[in-house]
Amino acid sequence: MSRFRLLALLVVLSLNHAAAAEELLMARITRPFPEAMNNLQETIRAKGYVVSRVQRVDVGLTASGFKTAEYRIVFFGKQSEIRELSAAYPELIPYLPLTIVVFAEGDDTLVLTTDPLKLGEFFNKPELLKRFGVWEKDVLAIFDEVSRSP
Amino acid sequence: MFRIPALLAPLLFLGANTAMAAESPAKPDGARLYAQRCSACHGADGSGGVGVPLALPAFLSSVDDAYLHKTVRLGRPGRVMPAFTQLTDAEVAAIVAHIRRWPGQKRPPTHSPLRIAGNATRGKTLYKRHCAACHGANGEGGHGTGVTLSRPRSAPILAPALNNPGFLAAASDTLIKTALLYGREGTPMRSFLEQGLKERDIDDIVAHVRAFEQLPPPSSARVLESESPVLVRVSPYSVEETVEKVQAAVGAANMRLIRVQTLDQGFVEEGKENQRQKIVYSCDFNFLNEALKVDPRVGLFLPCRITVVQQADKVLVMSINPKRLSRIFNNAELNEMCEQMHQIYLDILEETVL
Repeated sequence: MSRFRLLALLVVLSLNHAAAAEELLMARITRPFPEAMNNLQETIRAKGYVVSRVQRVDVGLTASGFKTAEYRIVFFGKQSEIRELSAAYPELIPYLPLTIVVFAEGDDTLVLTTDPLKLGEFFNKPELLKRFGVWEKDVLAIFDEVSRSP
Repeated sequence: MFRIPALLAPLLFLGANTAMAAESPAKPDGARLYAQRCSACHGADGSGGVGVPLALPAFLSSVDDAYLHKTVRLGRPGRVMPAFTQLTDAEVAAIVAHIRRWPGQKRPPTHSPLRIAGNATRGKTLYKRHCAACHGANGEGGHGTGVTLSRPRSAPILAPALNNPGFLAAASDTLIKTALLYGREGTPMRSFLEQGLKERDIDDIVAHVRAFEQLPPPSSARVLESESPVLVRVSPYSVEETVEKVQAAVGAANMRLIRVQTLDQGFVEEGKENQRQKIVYSCDFNFLNEALKVDPRVGLFLPCRITVVQQADKVLVMSINPKRLSRIFNNAELNEMCEQMHQIYLDILEETVL
């Protein structure tokens, strides 16, 4: 194989690898919602993030007359990262802080978020891929931990 | 050119790892892969959730491994199930093997890949009479997602979209015929032999279903295309004035104002927030309730938010672009709602900067 062909193949492989990022990260926690919710927030904090707010979507829905199971959104991030990114890349702000959706499904709880690496694809900022990659790794670790916790 | 060596290095390293892996292949752990990739939607034991239930003995006993493998690989475009293109063949096989260990299954069949000869025109008439009520007039399938019962659902199980390109690529004619002949115990799918159809009738229905492949991709498999992940306008007003105008525009759009906060609220000490980065949160609970019925995952982009930011001498008003996000869910039933939300956001932005 010529050098050019090898190079072309490797570039194509690298593009495929980037495109292979899953769009949604999801996990099932085989515990009821209140326990799972507490555990999730503790785990997020243990990874060095701040939980800035929990949006109680279910409360709003119920107050409007709709039937729903528990449904919350956890906002989290790191102050320094939010300050730096929002100053340098204001177009990212609509996607900050990071969020995790948490909702009950019977006796189980589901958690999900967009793969932070998608932000790299959205905004085409190669210089931020490393940071988004760290977020992805952290989210995966959080999901892994909460779904394994006894 | 300067960056290529840096790009190649990890790939070559990856290649080296692959080569080493080839020497001592580690067998993928199907149970672990299932837990990581499948259980969130299909349930830890395959009993279903956002995704359809898999652990139905009648289902697993009537489909072959090739169908399961292709389904994991190709997904169902526009029907929630993603295509797991990043898994290796060995990993997909391990997931299938894990599913095959669930109890109650008979020995799985091996369906012939050959096409079944039938009269599609006659099959169309039979399809309308016997199948369309559940699978849709054009094979578009049932509405909603899986069997999540946290919110009311119209049916305990979702009728598959028979016109979906992923389904048609995964299912052989023999597999479809088997389902028609014997039904699927534990689901609303009944045996059509028991309902009086002859084998020839069933062959004709199979031919009609297969003919869906000749049609253009259905709207239920459509993924929205969009240019930008954010919608942005430049406001001629100050941050404070712009926030007031956003609040008025949100009210005009019949949305309930939830709160106005700075981006860094909750991260910094009270009183030290950056007042040049404001977020206006709002919600239309009727719309939200309808969206959650279609797909419980849409909370990812809740509540609706408009961001007002002072950047140098400009004030920007921004929102996410729902059309760009639609494809993340791989749920064509959300397309229309995402287009509506896109328009609502645009209206609010335009009204604000008017």
